[in-house]
Amino acid sequence: MLTTLEGVPGHTITDHLGLVQGSTVRAKHLGRDIAAGLKNLVGGELKGYTELLQEARQEATDRMVQQAIQMGANAVINVRYSTSSLTAGAAELFAYGTAVKVQ
Amino acid sequence: MDSLIIFAVLIGVGYFVGKSQEQKHFASLRLRESQTHQLALTNMGRLQPLPDAAGAQMVVGSVVIASDYFKTFTAGILSLFGGRLTVYESLLERGRREAILRMKEEALSWGATRIINIRLETADLASQGSNGLVSVEVIAYGTALK
Repeated sequence: MLTTLEGVPGHTITDHLGLVQGSTVRAKHLGRDIAAGLKNLVGGELKGYTELLQEARQEATDRMVQQAIQMGANAVINVRYSTSSLTAGAAELFAYGTAVKVQ
Repeated sequence: MDSLIIFAVLIGVGYFVGKSQEQKHFASLRLRESQTHQLALTNMGRLQPLPDAAGAQMVVGSVVIASDYFKTFTAGILSLFGGRLTVYESLLERGRREAILRMKEEALSWGATRIINIRLETADLASQGSNGLVSVEVIAYGTALK
């Protein structure tokens, strides 16, 4: 269970297990980059990049959840996302939160 | 001379196609916003007592949106003089509204009645731009309740 709150509604926290995090660094796909370059002429949504970043965010979240499960948690609360572009071709997707045990 | 013609064509294509796409996007945003009107949104929640709810789930919406050739060029000129870059204001508005809408749509398909503690984040992708690409990613995320 994931929430952006200080707890999970309808449950009580029995144990705080600490910070968990997951991250992934993705480079842009060459084919997608060319398509995006063309798209840059007329503007609008870059669907290829949207999908790429969604996949990457999912992976970062999964890693965070994996870490939480290893600690014996059944929920992660106060989840935050952040994206930073490292170099011109790559972006880091980062997810973090607090692993807790709820009842 | 040739390069001037190519430049004029690029600007023209960027302006007309970009503008028509922007208007189409705004029309679709308005329509979908009125369709998802029943979902209450708030960015409070963290410092409040936990709400009563049958279920809670995290929902995310994201979009990568790019500028067109005309906008990029105009912004370059405008930034010499300072002031508002109206061409980019509308771009970011589109991105943000789209991201919020996608979050709402995800929440609605799960059966949510409201979303609380929403956070919005904007990330500049490749500011140094391989091929001068001006694009931003906007994400909206929060906790959906039912």
